[in-house]
Amino acid sequence: MEEVMVVGGGPAGLCAAIESARYGVKVILIDENDMPGGQLFKQIHRFFGSAQHRAGIRGYDIGNSLLSESEKLGVRVLLNTVVWGIFQDNFLGIKTEKETKILQAKKIVVGTGALENPLAFPGWTLPGVMGAGAAQTMMNIQRVLPGKRILMIGSGNVGLIVSYQLLQAGAKVVALVEALPKISGYLVHAAKISRAGVQILTSHTIVKADGKGEVKKAVIAKIDENFKMIKGTEKEIKVDLVCIAVGLRPLDELCWMAGCQFTYIPSLGGFIPLHSRDMETTVSGIYVAGDVSGIEEASTAIEEGKLAGIAIAESLGYISKKEAEEKKELSWESLRELRLGSFGEGRQKTKDLILKQYNSLHKM
Amino acid sequence: MKKKIFTQDYYKNFPGYPSKERLAKARVVVIECVQDIPCNPCETICPRKAIVVGKPITNLPRLIEENCTGCGRCIPICPGLAVFVVNNNYNDKESTISLPYEFLPLPEKGEEVIALNREGEKVCRAKVISVLDPEKNNRTAVITIAVPKEYSGEVRGIRLIRKNP
Repeated sequence: MEEVMVVGGGPAGLCAAIESARYGVKVILIDENDMPGGQLFKQIHRFFGSAQHRAGIRGYDIGNSLLSESEKLGVRVLLNTVVWGIFQDNFLGIKTEKETKILQAKKIVVGTGALENPLAFPGWTLPGVMGAGAAQTMMNIQRVLPGKRILMIGSGNVGLIVSYQLLQAGAKVVALVEALPKISGYLVHAAKISRAGVQILTSHTIVKADGKGEVKKAVIAKIDENFKMIKGTEKEIKVDLVCIAVGLRPLDELCWMAGCQFTYIPSLGGFIPLHSRDMETTVSGIYVAGDVSGIEEASTAIEEGKLAGIAIAESLGYISKKEAEEKKELSWESLRELRLGSFGEGRQKTKDLILKQYNSLHKM
Repeated sequence: MKKKIFTQDYYKNFPGYPSKERLAKARVVVIECVQDIPCNPCETICPRKAIVVGKPITNLPRLIEENCTGCGRCIPICPGLAVFVVNNNYNDKESTISLPYEFLPLPEKGEEVIALNREGEKVCRAKVISVLDPEKNNRTAVITIAVPKEYSGEVRGIRLIRKNP
């Protein structure tokens, strides 16, 4: 039996692996891609926060430093390996490039991240309509520019940041439409693309994407306060790529399969596995961290991963309760700070609610 | 169809925006940070304690204008690319604006470029005074341009003129 298996090598999984390995736990990190790092390596922008959250550092630099730390600590990494199932008593079904097998671990961390939400409109199945995150992977990881004239849908941070990166890659972002009457992401991100010439159209939506075999144009229109299209405001724009940035949802199939109890919190992305302060789900020995435990950001995923890693090292007897509590408090402090302000306080409240629901279950 | 969001009038009421008097006097930083994001690298990097965020970390950065020399170290460290340095004392007719720039190719010193306002509209032509792109800035270049004085509150971006940039 293995000690710990971490599913997903993004910031949460990597930090869970690093943190438990730091105290001597033997860790296997499993990722379906050919490189760990999750979405970090396509985050070419600087992160917000304080020095302790590596503020001002670019995402891929954070990714590189986490990778080298995990190597130094002897984390075993299985790449190109898919976890296809999770079974009673912490068995994981995995498929490597060569074989399919079943492994058992004392503890499992699910750090599987999130999936982009789709948006249905006439023409949404045409090639040339894709998630903003997919476009970001294509240009920043695969180095393929997926379009030259772009319509971005959604003004959250993903929409704003990917628009900026498309500009950096040499594309033209013809317009960014947002259904709400105001920009929902950081205004500093919006200001960056605005001064680079992107028109940000609030109270606007996409009516359709059109083209024979691929996107050639799109129609956008103004909408009223009930999100109904205002007739006569339709405008056709010539684009070859429509990017959808309308939120994410947790990639939580393994947690469902494991029998974890969930709660439903739309603002965190939908169904969220209940978890403790140690990031342990309602199934003993199965932990969650990062977006799968509620959509947030890489900086919070890092701290949640640390929490899970420390808690695992503690429960396997590698560090004392006292030391673990001290380390965990540092991560909690950091998380509280990252969840301050009008963009974070909602997340803080819902995260607290998850803990409360978890605790009330365990009192019964 | 488009309504203006990003205007000087909007930004000048925030605590990172220098007073009219200070702007007229000498080189000074202009911080266009307007939301309570937990973030403080500008405060950390300032060697003269001219930018204060304090606690909680969501406070807007406050400029202590008498401490600021306009050194510009805070320009490339800001994750929001929201920090600029304006020098209204450059010469009789022109002001300079130093801005963060993350597009390739970089302009060259002496090159003529198009100066843009916060909405990406052309304001005037500008001359590139300096291009700073040291390794420690980690790919955020700081471009300083000279523009007619009256535009120093408005210009916040550039576009290259050269063909096939």
